[in-house]
Amino acid sequence: MDYKELGLKVGLEIHQQLNTKRKLFCHCPTVLRTDEPLGIIERKLRPTPSEIGEVDVAALKEYMRGKTYIYQYYDTNCLVELDEEPPHLVSDEAKTIGVEVSLLLNSNIIEEIQVMRKTVLDGSNTSAFQRTMLISTDGFIETKEGPVSILTVCLEEDAARIISQDETTKTFRLDRLGIPLVEIATGPDISNPEQAKEAAYILGQILRATGKVKRGLGTIRQDLNVSIREGGRVELKGVQKLEMIPLWVEREIERQINLVEIKKELNNRCSDKDLQFKFIELTDIFLNTSSKIISSSIKKNGGVYGIKLNNFRDILGKEIQKGRRFGTELADHVKTYGLSGLFHIDELPNYGITADEVEKIKTKLGINDLDSFVIVTGKETICNKALEEVFERCKKAFSEVPNETRDALEDGNSKYSRPLPGRARMYPETDILPFTIDANLIEDIKDNLPETFDEKISGFIAKYGLKREEAERIVYENPELFEKVSSSLDIKSTIFIKALDLSKNLEKEEGYVTDDETLYLLFERVSKGIIAKEGIEEVLKRVSKGEDIEKVLSEFSSENSTFDVESAIEKIIIEKRDFILEKGDRAISPIMGICMKEFRGKVDGGLINKILKEKVEEILKSQ
Amino acid sequence: MEPEVGDVIKLRKGQVSYEGIVIPSPKKDSIIIKLSNGYNIGFRKDSVEIVNVEKKQKPKIFSEVKFQKRTDIPEISLISTGGTIASRVDYETGGVRWLMKPEEIFFMAPELSDITTFRNIASPFQIASESMTFECYKILAKEAAKELNSGSKGIIITHGTDTLHYTSAALSFMLQNLSKPVCLVGAQRSPDRGSFDGSMNLICASYVAGHSDIGEAVIVMHGEMSDSYCNVLRGTKVRKMHSTRRDTFRPINTSPLARVFMNGTIEKVSDYRIRNDENEVYPDIEMEEKTAIIKAYPNFNPEIIDYYIDKGYKGIVIEASALGHVPTDTIDEKFSWVDSIKRAREEDIVIVFATQCLFGRVDPFVYSNGRIMEEMGVIYAEDMLPETAYLKLSWILGHTNEYFEVKRNMLSNMAGEINYRIQGDKNGL
Repeated sequence: MDYKELGLKVGLEIHQQLNTKRKLFCHCPTVLRTDEPLGIIERKLRPTPSEIGEVDVAALKEYMRGKTYIYQYYDTNCLVELDEEPPHLVSDEAKTIGVEVSLLLNSNIIEEIQVMRKTVLDGSNTSAFQRTMLISTDGFIETKEGPVSILTVCLEEDAARIISQDETTKTFRLDRLGIPLVEIATGPDISNPEQAKEAAYILGQILRATGKVKRGLGTIRQDLNVSIREGGRVELKGVQKLEMIPLWVEREIERQINLVEIKKELNNRCSDKDLQFKFIELTDIFLNTSSKIISSSIKKNGGVYGIKLNNFRDILGKEIQKGRRFGTELADHVKTYGLSGLFHIDELPNYGITADEVEKIKTKLGINDLDSFVIVTGKETICNKALEEVFERCKKAFSEVPNETRDALEDGNSKYSRPLPGRARMYPETDILPFTIDANLIEDIKDNLPETFDEKISGFIAKYGLKREEAERIVYENPELFEKVSSSLDIKSTIFIKALDLSKNLEKEEGYVTDDETLYLLFERVSKGIIAKEGIEEVLKRVSKGEDIEKVLSEFSSENSTFDVESAIEKIIIEKRDFILEKGDRAISPIMGICMKEFRGKVDGGLINKILKEKVEEILKSQ
Repeated sequence: MEPEVGDVIKLRKGQVSYEGIVIPSPKKDSIIIKLSNGYNIGFRKDSVEIVNVEKKQKPKIFSEVKFQKRTDIPEISLISTGGTIASRVDYETGGVRWLMKPEEIFFMAPELSDITTFRNIASPFQIASESMTFECYKILAKEAAKELNSGSKGIIITHGTDTLHYTSAALSFMLQNLSKPVCLVGAQRSPDRGSFDGSMNLICASYVAGHSDIGEAVIVMHGEMSDSYCNVLRGTKVRKMHSTRRDTFRPINTSPLARVFMNGTIEKVSDYRIRNDENEVYPDIEMEEKTAIIKAYPNFNPEIIDYYIDKGYKGIVIEASALGHVPTDTIDEKFSWVDSIKRAREEDIVIVFATQCLFGRVDPFVYSNGRIMEEMGVIYAEDMLPETAYLKLSWILGHTNEYFEVKRNMLSNMAGEINYRIQGDKNGL
C-alpha cells in the first residue's frame, strides 16, 4: 500500500497507570481486587445539557439505552470513588511522575495547571466525568524515521472497570477508578504502520524507565488514531500487543478503503433519501422456527422485528475486513443494545432460518431483488432502538466513513464500540483550585532523570552478567525487584525470569496480579533452599486463588515436610514395579513425571531424581 | 492590547506558542485560556508574550424553556430559592452561578412535565441555604399558602441542603392547618454532572406534591447512596447528617413517612396527616428574632449565657449533653451553669434543653443535675431535634411571652416534632 497516496495519518494515545501509594484524588490504595466486593450501589446517569441546551451525542445514546449502573466497592474504596465526597487534592507523587515523564518526552510544563472534568457517560465514572489535567505540551521523541511530536501529556484518573453487562445493566468495579494515569498523545504525524509500533515501543520504554509505573496486563492501554484522506477518523481502543500494531493499522486502512467502495456503489444505485425507516414486527413468521436464537427469545417474551433497506442487496454481505462484512459491522451496533446480533438477507437462509421464512419476511417487508432486510429479536423497545441505529448507520454509508471508537480485536480486526465522542465537554473541576508546579521541583526532577532504557540494559548486563535478552526482559518487566533480589538473595536470573513468566500466565488466565512482595518472599525461601524451585509455580497458583502466602510457603517448606520423600517414592516404585522391569532405565523419566506431579513442587527435582535412580537400580539389580 | 474574556489569543512562552479562548481568571496576575482540545491552562501574565488577539466570541445563551400547562395531570407550584439544585456550572469558566430563570430547572429533569403541570413557578429570592433568615421563611410560607389556597395540589421548594431541615421545621409550624404536601428538595451533587442527584429528587418530589395523600411539610431526598428511591421525611424530624452523601437527610427518632420510586410508586412507611384538598392553609408567620442555640461542652464558660441575657434574648435552646445535662458540679465554680441559668429564668428568658445526641430523648429526673435545672424552669424538649426546638421556640415566642403558655406549647405535639414512642430498630441510629 502507498500510505502517502492514501493520506494515512496515525496518532498514538497511551494511558499508563502509575504505581503511586494513593489514588489521584483520594487516599485509597491503588490496588485491584479479585475477591468478593463488600457491597454495591446502583446509579442512573443522565446527560446534562450544555450551555445552549445541547447534549453530547454519545452521552444521549447511553441514556436512551436506559441503563442502570451497578458499582462494586471494597474496603479499599472511599466516598470519593462513590461520588459521595468531593475530590481530595491531587497526589503529589503522581504530579512528580507526570513532570518526570514530561521532561523525558521533551515536553514543556504548563505554568498553571487546571484540573478539568471531562464528561463521560458510559457509566465508567461514578461522577459521570473523568478528572484530567494537562501537564505539558509540545514535546517529541525520535524514531528511526524521524521525530514524532508529543502533543500533550496529561495526568488523569483511571475509570472503573467493567465486569459485566446485559440489556439493562452495566456492572463496574470501583477498584480501578481513580488510579493515576499518564496520558501521552502523539501528533498524527506517524506515517506508516511500522513507525506506529516503534513509537509505541519507545513511549513504553520511557514510561518504564521512571520505575514508577504499574506493570502487567491492562496497566498500559494504547489507542490508535487512524485515518485516510477519503475515510474517517477512527480511534482503535485496547491495542495491547505492540507487535500487532502494524496489522491493526493495515486492517483499518483496508476497512476504510472498502467502506469508501461501498459508498461509491450505493451512490451509483440511489440516494440516501430513498431509505425509509419502517419498524415491522415479524414474530408470527417465526412461531415454529427452528432457529434457536429466535425461538428462545420468543420464549422469553421477545419478538422478531425487521426493517427494509432499499437497494442494499449484497451490500451487507460485502467483506470490509478479513472475515468481517458490512453486516458484521451493523451487528456490532445492535450488540451495544444487549441484543445477540442480527440476520440479514445476504446470509439467509441459514442459522436455522428457512428459505420459506425468508420468503415470508420478504413479502411482509416488501423486498424486491435490489433490496435488503435486517431482522433482530428481543424486546420490542430495544429492537426498535437497535434497528433505528442500524438504519442510521446505513444512511451514513452513502456519505462518509463515520468517525467512531472501535475495539481492537485479537486477529487484527476491530469492532464498532460507540460514536467518537464529540469534542468532549470539558470544564474546570470546581472543587480544586489551579496549581503551579514549583520551579525548584522541576529543576530537581530534571537533575535526577532516570537512565534511558538502553543505558539500563547495558548496566544490568555489566553488573549482573546477564545475557542481553535476559537483561532486556528484566529491565522491561521488573528491574526494581530484580535489583532487590540480586542484592540480598541467591536467585539465578533464569529462575527470576521463570517466575515472571508464571505470574504473566496467571494474570492472563486468572486475572490475578502477583505483587512484588509475594515474589520476594518466595524467592527468599527458594534462595535459602527451604522451597524447591519446582515449587514456584504451585505456590503462585495457590496464592492467586486467594490463599495466604505465608501459609502456602510453610506448607511447601521442606522444613515442615509432612511426608518422607523416600518412602513416598518407594510407594510409587512398588506400584510401577512391572513397568520398571519391562522398560529398565527408560522407566526413570516417566516415573519422574509421576513423582513431580505427586510432590507438586514441594521437593527439589534433583533430589527426586537421585533417589529415584537409586531405587530403580536396586530393583533392576535385584532381578 | 489587553485581551478580554472571550477573545481568541495567541501567546508565546519561551519557544512554545499556545492558542485559546480567554477565560476569567481568579487571580489578577495570571491569564487562563481554553485550548482547542478543551483543557484550560494558565500563565503568569509576566511570563508570556501575547502575539495576537482576535475577535471576541459571542456569549452563548440558553435556549428558551417553554412549558405547556396540561389539564390531565395534577397542578402544583414550584418555588426556587437557590442552592446547588438551582445552580448551573458555566462550562467555560467553571464558575457556579444561580439559574437565570427558575424554569431552567426543566433542563435538569424534563420528565417533570409529564408528572405534574405547573400553576406557577416563583423565585422570591436566590440565596445559599446557610444565608437564610426568618424573613425568608416568612416569604416562603406566604408564597406556599397563596399557591395552595389558589388550587395548587402541592408545592415543591428547591433549596440548598445545608439548612433544608431548618426551613422544613419552620414551615411545619408556620403553615397552620396545612393538609397538602409541601416538598423541600435539594441536591448534594452539582447539576453539571450526569450523576446529579437533584433530578431524581425533583421527580420524586413532584410525585409526592402532585399525586400523594400526604398533607405535611416534608423533605424529599435520596433514601440511600444508590439511585433507588427517595425518602419522604417529616419536616420536623429530619436532619442533614452527612456533609456530602446523597442520602444525607435522615429521619431522627422516627421513620420516613414514605418511600417514592422513580416510576411514581409511593410506599407508605408510617402514619402521617392525610391530604385534604378542601382545607385552607393560613400562614402564621410571627417569629421572635431574639432566640439562639447554644451547645454545652466541657470547659464552657457560662459567661457566654450571660452575654445573651445582657443582649436581651428571649429564648435559648441549649444543646445539652445526653439526657439534658449541663455542668453543675464543676471543680472550679465559675464553670457551673447554675447561676447563669438561674439568672436567665429570673429575667424571664425561656430555656429549652434538647439533646446534642440528636437520637433519643432528654429526661431531667435521672440525675440530680437535671432535677436542678428542671426546678429552675428549664423546659425539657423530649426527643425534639435542637434545630426544630429552636424554630418552634422562636415561633411560639412570636406569639406569647407567658412562660406557662410557652411551656405548654413547647411540649405539645404541633407538627409531629415529638415522638412519644421511639422504637428500637425502626427509629434508631
